Amino acid sequence: MATVDLLFAALFNAAVLFLVTAGLQLIFGVQRIVNLTAGSLYALGAYFGASVFEWFSAQGGSPVLLLPVLILSGLLAGQVGFIVERVLRTVYGRDEAFQLLMTFTFVLMFQDVLRYVWGAQPRLLGDLPSVYGTLVVGEFTFPVYNLLVMASALVVAGLLYWLIERTSLGHVVRATAENGRMAEALGANTRRINMLVFVLGSMLGTVGGALVIPTTAASLEMPIALIVEAFAVVVIGGLGSIRGAFLGAIIVGVLRALSLTYFPELEVMSIYLVVIVVLVARPYGLFGKAEA
Amino acid sequence: MKTILAFLAVLAAFVAAPFALGPYYTTLIIPILAYAIALTGLNLLFGYGGLLSFGHAMFLAIGAYASAVMGAKLGVRAFEAQLIVAMLASGTVAALIGLLCLRYTTIFFSMLTLAFGMIFHSFLFKFYDLTGGESGISVPRPSLFGASFASMSKTAFLVGPFYWYALGLFSVMFLLMALIVSSPFGLALKAGRDNERKTSFLGVPVFKVRYVAFILSGIYCAVGGAVLAVSIGAADPELSYWTQSGNMIFIIILGGLGQLFGPIVGAVSFTLLQDTLMANTEYWRFALGAILALIIIFAPRGILGLITRALEWRRR
Repeated sequence: MATVDLLFAALFNAAVLFLVTAGLQLIFGVQRIVNLTAGSLYALGAYFGASVFEWFSAQGGSPVLLLPVLILSGLLAGQVGFIVERVLRTVYGRDEAFQLLMTFTFVLMFQDVLRYVWGAQPRLLGDLPSVYGTLVVGEFTFPVYNLLVMASALVVAGLLYWLIERTSLGHVVRATAENGRMAEALGANTRRINMLVFVLGSMLGTVGGALVIPTTAASLEMPIALIVEAFAVVVIGGLGSIRGAFLGAIIVGVLRALSLTYFPELEVMSIYLVVIVVLVARPYGLFGKAEA
Repeated sequence: MKTILAFLAVLAAFVAAPFALGPYYTTLIIPILAYAIALTGLNLLFGYGGLLSFGHAMFLAIGAYASAVMGAKLGVRAFEAQLIVAMLASGTVAALIGLLCLRYTTIFFSMLTLAFGMIFHSFLFKFYDLTGGESGISVPRPSLFGASFASMSKTAFLVGPFYWYALGLFSVMFLLMALIVSSPFGLALKAGRDNERKTSFLGVPVFKVRYVAFILSGIYCAVGGAVLAVSIGAADPELSYWTQSGNMIFIIILGGLGQLFGPIVGAVSFTLLQDTLMANTEYWRFALGAILALIIIFAPRGILGLITRALEWRRR
């Protein structure tokens, strides 16, 4: 009984983590920038999703539309990636320490933007997941909302795979990731690709944030706490690998659920011990490439 | 020679400061000195060695907790003894994790240091008996060179004896660093940053040089942390969080990366900046982030770089 519930919580966690870290990986894969802003985008998605849904309900919108409304508001919030990329562009080609720090300045700035718009109080969207009811399998009950979020993450994983591996746009993205200059010489508009990839990565983060809001409160601690977990996911999975994010998210999700149940204070420690073991044994993560 | 003159100018400014500014601002300067000591060490690793650590807040916290645990739990009030323990503890930890972290450079080095920093952060929460958990430990007033200054008020102690002690400590550690970076060791470190392969072909043991720089930077950070803990009166886990590491790097870049005076210039400007911003707006983080972004884009060599450029321009 307990194990099944635990696994279920872990997988829900993993689904959200996967969405956010897939964005991180996409951006790192193409631009070689570790985007610390991912946590802030996640929080932005959560706050924005909450506000949009409140507005939607006030207009008399049906609560059954919770999931699509949240996904849409997440996609909308992700457009802020345009602005971030525009500024980040100034440090392309510079030392990676500066690029990393540039994203850190966005973490600082977003922190106050969120506080300015939504205030310091955490924000919670009532007990909404119950609109979808629960699924009873034998002696277990699962909230359907959480199942839908997991399904959405799987759909996103599939779409990303299709986009990157099967479409012509994906070929150009992969070529840019492999060798930006050469891709440019062959006629790819790498400037546009960079922008596109960054906004897509941002949208993954904001959608991830919007989807957790019915189950967790949006708070100002979100961005920095999420980075801690997201970082572990990308390191375990291997920087730049979306497959890695998938597996890494599941590993971190399970670890987190296990330690929260059995040794609550060891949560971060257990995750990061695994990170160190992975880095020492396989420095480039489970699916990473050596020359990153 | 130039370095000595510049150092004497900085020293004169700090000697004059308590008389010119009064006690309130003098208490603000002690953290500046603490950060300047710590960042002088981090600058060796990041500025001269080209290794961006996102976990050095850990060493700052080790220093702070060493002072706090010695003073509050073990009753050792002598600050000299606390410093030695802080340096030994931090040096040992740095020697151990340096072996692992320095197998990598660039982003992987940053990630490993961040990972160790996070483990240490949660260690501080977990081992409540030793570390006081979330609220940390308050630091009792240490004795300096055997004198306990028991009759002084807290502020009088901080702006009086402790200020001069911290300034002396900074001077010693700064001059030591000036010697280190101009030594063959410092040259080897810089060469390894600029071209690792060429440097090792010249027979420089790049790993060993970096390893020593890593340990030194950890020791400097611990000394800074111990001074910081006394000046704020407490050691708490926030000191070791990754955002603190981010701030430390911020200060170095603000002052001027890889320049001997970068950390002290950065620490002074950062504190003034933060103090002014916090006094004027609730949204000081935004302003701070925006300023850092502008510095990164337009003045990657920081305030010192701007000054150098202005001087060269005038000379023309």
